Amino acid sequence: MKTSYNIDKNGFYGDFGGAFIPEMMHANIEELRKKYVSLITRKSFTKEFDELLKNYVGRPTPLYFAKRISEKYNTRIYLKREDLCHTGAHKINNTIGQILLAQKLGKKRIIAETGAGQHGVATATVCALMGIECVIYMGEVDIKRQSPNVARMKMLGAEVIPAKSGSKTLKDATNEAIRDWIKNPVDTHYIIGSVVGPHPYPDMVARFQSVIGFEIKDQLKSLENRDYPDYLIACVGGGSNAAGIFYPFLDNKKVNIVCVEAEGKGVNSGYSAATTSLGKEGIIHGSKTLLMQSKDGQITEPYSISAGLDYPGIGPMHANLYKTGRGKFISINDNEAMDWGLNLSVSEGIIPAIETAHAFAVLDHMKFKKDDIVVFNCSGRGDKDLDTYIDFFKL
Amino acid sequence: MNRINKVFKDKKEILSIYFTAGFPELNDTVNVIESLEKSGVDIVEIGLPYSDPLADGPTIQESSTIALKNGMTTKNLFKQLKNIRSKTNIPLVIMGYLNPIIQYGIESFCKDCQSVGIDGLIIPDLPADIYHAKYKEVFYKYRLLNMFLITPQTSDKRIRFIDKISTGFIYMVSSFSITGAVKSFQADQKKYFRRINNMNLKSPLLIGFGISNKNTYKDAINFSNGAIIGSAFINFIDKEGIGKIDRFIKKIRA
Repeated sequence: MKTSYNIDKNGFYGDFGGAFIPEMMHANIEELRKKYVSLITRKSFTKEFDELLKNYVGRPTPLYFAKRISEKYNTRIYLKREDLCHTGAHKINNTIGQILLAQKLGKKRIIAETGAGQHGVATATVCALMGIECVIYMGEVDIKRQSPNVARMKMLGAEVIPAKSGSKTLKDATNEAIRDWIKNPVDTHYIIGSVVGPHPYPDMVARFQSVIGFEIKDQLKSLENRDYPDYLIACVGGGSNAAGIFYPFLDNKKVNIVCVEAEGKGVNSGYSAATTSLGKEGIIHGSKTLLMQSKDGQITEPYSISAGLDYPGIGPMHANLYKTGRGKFISINDNEAMDWGLNLSVSEGIIPAIETAHAFAVLDHMKFKKDDIVVFNCSGRGDKDLDTYIDFFKL
Repeated sequence: MNRINKVFKDKKEILSIYFTAGFPELNDTVNVIESLEKSGVDIVEIGLPYSDPLADGPTIQESSTIALKNGMTTKNLFKQLKNIRSKTNIPLVIMGYLNPIIQYGIESFCKDCQSVGIDGLIIPDLPADIYHAKYKEVFYKYRLLNMFLITPQTSDKRIRFIDKISTGFIYMVSSFSITGAVKSFQADQKKYFRRINNMNLKSPLLIGFGISNKNTYKDAINFSNGAIIGSAFINFIDKEGIGKIDRFIKKIRA
């Protein structure tokens, strides 16, 4: 049998994945594991999902040929415009899918974790859409630095609960959400925002995000008369936008996969989120993957100027892409990312999220051929980052 | 015979106390164990502190954070416990999360447990199925018993499986909950205790999570072989220090 870079029947990507969970989560995870594939591939489900993606999210998003940066870098650069999705990023693809799934499972209450607030907003949005109670856990530190997103969640009717334990950021918000689920296992569904957590979450979220990659396949057919690119490039925090854009191409070796991590102030500065450079194999949030930790196995706090990339682990799919060499991993520091936020704005008229800007900085690190088709996932827009941009560039 | 198996053979109304190693002070670990034995406690669960203890409530998260700040590490714990068996014969269990144990090396960890005289392990995020498929040989090799959790949501079929592969006691989580103290048990909790009791499992049962006082302890021992107290004990030593541990235990068993 040929190796696949997708999930195996036991919930693993190579050595990574699985469900290392306390018994208190077993019943819920087991229910999801047994039901998710049949539920989300059912015709009635995909019909509802596709309709919402089209009419509510605004899909398909354009695959835009970026003429000016293509000329400058002498290659063929396309941007998959996830920044044009409702709520401003790809995150909503997953929350639409999971809210439908939660309804099918008869759940009456939704919980989620959020770091920068994008996933929190996307979750609060679909809960408002469906009229379902919504509780968002967010690190106390993040609440302070992402106040516009906190306000958006509140406007959308969600309750935002500060995570006050540990380092008071994304990993702690995730811990608190898991604890809530342990206490409320019967009526509550937990919408994880990335391709992390115990199986089946990484696969479930990847499937909901795979619409990005499948659209690219179709769009390239009419734009370039072939259904795959030479390069796919995406930023990786937990890895959901990357999983979505890679999904249909994982086993097509003609497609080069590039994952861009946040180097922060430098890999060895102590202020970094470059998980594959700094991490070791271990368990985080129920998944075996690569994670940043002390030599004693205590999870350490990552840093990046973009709140959406400072997760101490990466999804098990990406850990496997790294270990097998299927994916190329590059880390980009704060300054390079910020410069590319500005570059993309002035050269294409698109202000990207700082997370997304990391991906574009690869253009200064890799050489592409003139005829290469290089697709970037333009995963989110930069409105939420204006304060950081203003501060950095003294605008 | 393993000390844990023996204590269930010899005694009734077992009281097991959990505390976080290295809390309140780094070098309190051994003193706490000795005081607990002197106070008549039957089993001691030594918590190996972890940065992200998912299954625990705020009390244990906080004590773990402090213990880590105090400098507690896996290596340090084994160093502190090096001569523990010359001082006490009480059954000792280490309760810790999987990641620090993986980093130490599963085999080295089990080996060091055996060499200092640990009797068994509770690893909340090592599911019974994965233990059974991958880890039981190494536990067996170093004569370590395994303890698994069950909850009100655990199916009868799964409880039977857990009972079959358990070599120590079954840790019965009292409710849909993370660790933390409550004042009394509700009717539906008692119904669940009764259901499990009627299953006539081969493994002894200890009820934990939410046991904090004489009332909840008495309720628990009506339905099981005994009870586990964690958060309430940690709150007590946090407030009163480790010099008055016997007062806490006396009050529970009064």
